[in-house]
Amino acid sequence: MTIAGTKSGAGSVGPLRKSSGIKGRPGLVGWLMASPLVLVLVLFLVMPIIMIGTVSFWRATEFSIIPAFDFENYSFLFGSPVTYSVFLNTLKYALITWAVTLTLGYTVAYFLAFHVRSLTWQIVLFLLCTIPFWTSNIIRMISWIPFLGRNGIANSALLSWGVIDEPLDWLLFSDFSVILAFVHLYTLFMVVPIFNTMMRIDKSLIEAARDGGANGLQILWNVIIPLTKPGIMIGTIFVVTLVMGDFVTVRIMSGSQSANVGRLISNDIALLQYPSAAATAVVLLCSVLIVIGIFLRFVDIRKEL
Amino acid sequence: MAGPSTLELISLTKRYGTSLAVTSINHKFRSGSYACLLGPSGCGKSTTLRMIAGHEAVTSGSILLAGSDISHLPPAKRGTAMMFQNYALFPHLSVLDNVAFSLKMKGVDKPTRHRRAGELLELVDMSKFGARLPAQLSGGQQQRIALARALITQPQVLLLDEPLSALDPFLRIRMRTELKKLQRELGITFIHVTHGQDEALALADEIVVMNNAVIEQAGPAREVFNAPRTKFVAQFMGGHNVIDLANGPVAVRSDEVSLTDVGTGVLPAVVTAIEYQGAHVALMARAHGAQDITAMIPEATFFSAPKEIGQPVGLTWPADRQHALAG
Repeated sequence: MTIAGTKSGAGSVGPLRKSSGIKGRPGLVGWLMASPLVLVLVLFLVMPIIMIGTVSFWRATEFSIIPAFDFENYSFLFGSPVTYSVFLNTLKYALITWAVTLTLGYTVAYFLAFHVRSLTWQIVLFLLCTIPFWTSNIIRMISWIPFLGRNGIANSALLSWGVIDEPLDWLLFSDFSVILAFVHLYTLFMVVPIFNTMMRIDKSLIEAARDGGANGLQILWNVIIPLTKPGIMIGTIFVVTLVMGDFVTVRIMSGSQSANVGRLISNDIALLQYPSAAATAVVLLCSVLIVIGIFLRFVDIRKEL
Repeated sequence: MAGPSTLELISLTKRYGTSLAVTSINHKFRSGSYACLLGPSGCGKSTTLRMIAGHEAVTSGSILLAGSDISHLPPAKRGTAMMFQNYALFPHLSVLDNVAFSLKMKGVDKPTRHRRAGELLELVDMSKFGARLPAQLSGGQQQRIALARALITQPQVLLLDEPLSALDPFLRIRMRTELKKLQRELGITFIHVTHGQDEALALADEIVVMNNAVIEQAGPAREVFNAPRTKFVAQFMGGHNVIDLANGPVAVRSDEVSLTDVGTGVLPAVVTAIEYQGAHVALMARAHGAQDITAMIPEATFFSAPKEIGQPVGLTWPADRQHALAG
């Protein structure tokens, strides 16, 4: 298809070449066509990263920032035990949230794709999943607080049912509440790509598997999961990057009792320690890229893009 | 007398809501025969096949294989195997693993199932391609793999859902020769769904013509072609003229129709078109009541007394070559 496309394209451009100046240089046309996107990416992606990289080598005192090139920020970062525990905590959040959103998201997507037969119901239920996204993240997080608090709905319900004798402390301002909020916020990012790959599975493959004697679980394990791997991977990338870069959720839901890398950076910024914040950001960026790099070693997602 | 792969349908019915896809059909497929379910799209032939395979629930009636009722068994327990229209090969598995799939589901260990799969690849002449992925094969090659995958379960009945429709015409003819050869070697029953009458005539020991959810006619290929029972069968099988005579409609093969002088034949007509087709000349003529009749005249016969468009002619055929039609 590509070959046919280029051939016919070249054929139609050919006769115009003599008359038109700009079309005389196909290289230039290509650059011009790519330039808006290049410009946007350079301005909003490449430049900021270069800036962060540069600033991470600067020096800062309590009241000033001095352009320089030294590794003071990095050596401080890697020399402090706090960094390691915070990075570890961030990875822990990412890992648990990933496992929970994957299980939930896969189940929801599987139900939508294989158990809901009519397209209308698929669309209706799918839209239902997106309703929470009509409000802001912060509001969705804060609305957990009256529910989970010491005298909140969850505790009073459990007390009145006699399940517990005294209020549970770990419901709010704990790792539990942080992960609960993450799962609430990001499960949809898992559902959408997995649902998308599931819908592309030819239904006759499932029949062929059944014809070969596979039961429901065997079909799931031998046919559906291998074929939805790219969707799982895309969802994983969404969830992992979102959780690793987050700082608001952790602050609100842990009641400022837990830290992740995002909070480390936001604290530095609050103290006007930009070089230190930049260095932490660079390290975070690298670790996220490494994590994604490892994922991509396992699954080829190119055919999904 | 039920052979090991005699398949019998007993008032088999499929209903979707209020519409009937298959209306109470009865048929017995002889053990070891090559049968074709033939009919236009939407006639219920695919639904019938899918009910036999177990991919469609039976509304009422039953399916007997070698005398025992299989209509409520899961697909893999029936002794049937299905080859799907688009082959439905697992895109993430190698050719060898595709063929070995059902053995893997049974829990057969890897060396054994790969050896068995290798034998089947040998059978369909695809041994060299075991390590490839389905996407790296041509349509004809994919079909052979699908065939090997279906046969590894050692079915008594192989069900083929329009197996040749995805191939180009040249390959189609080659593959149908191979299908027939394979069926003869294996000695199992093949039930092949198709909408191409030439395919059915070339392959089938027995043709089952379906239309509007019922079987119109079933019988050996020659019988169905030469003695169509209904107007629909005569028209669908092709090569026939359906002519309304005073005592009801009859079918006459177009190569039995010959020309005579005006007024002496069975039917007077006017030539409307002439087509040279190589061995034959197809002459279209219009008789009274706006009936179009085609006569396939051997080329030499036609050119010994050529006709012009608009010329009145007499059409005639041997009286014993016309078949009264049921409707």
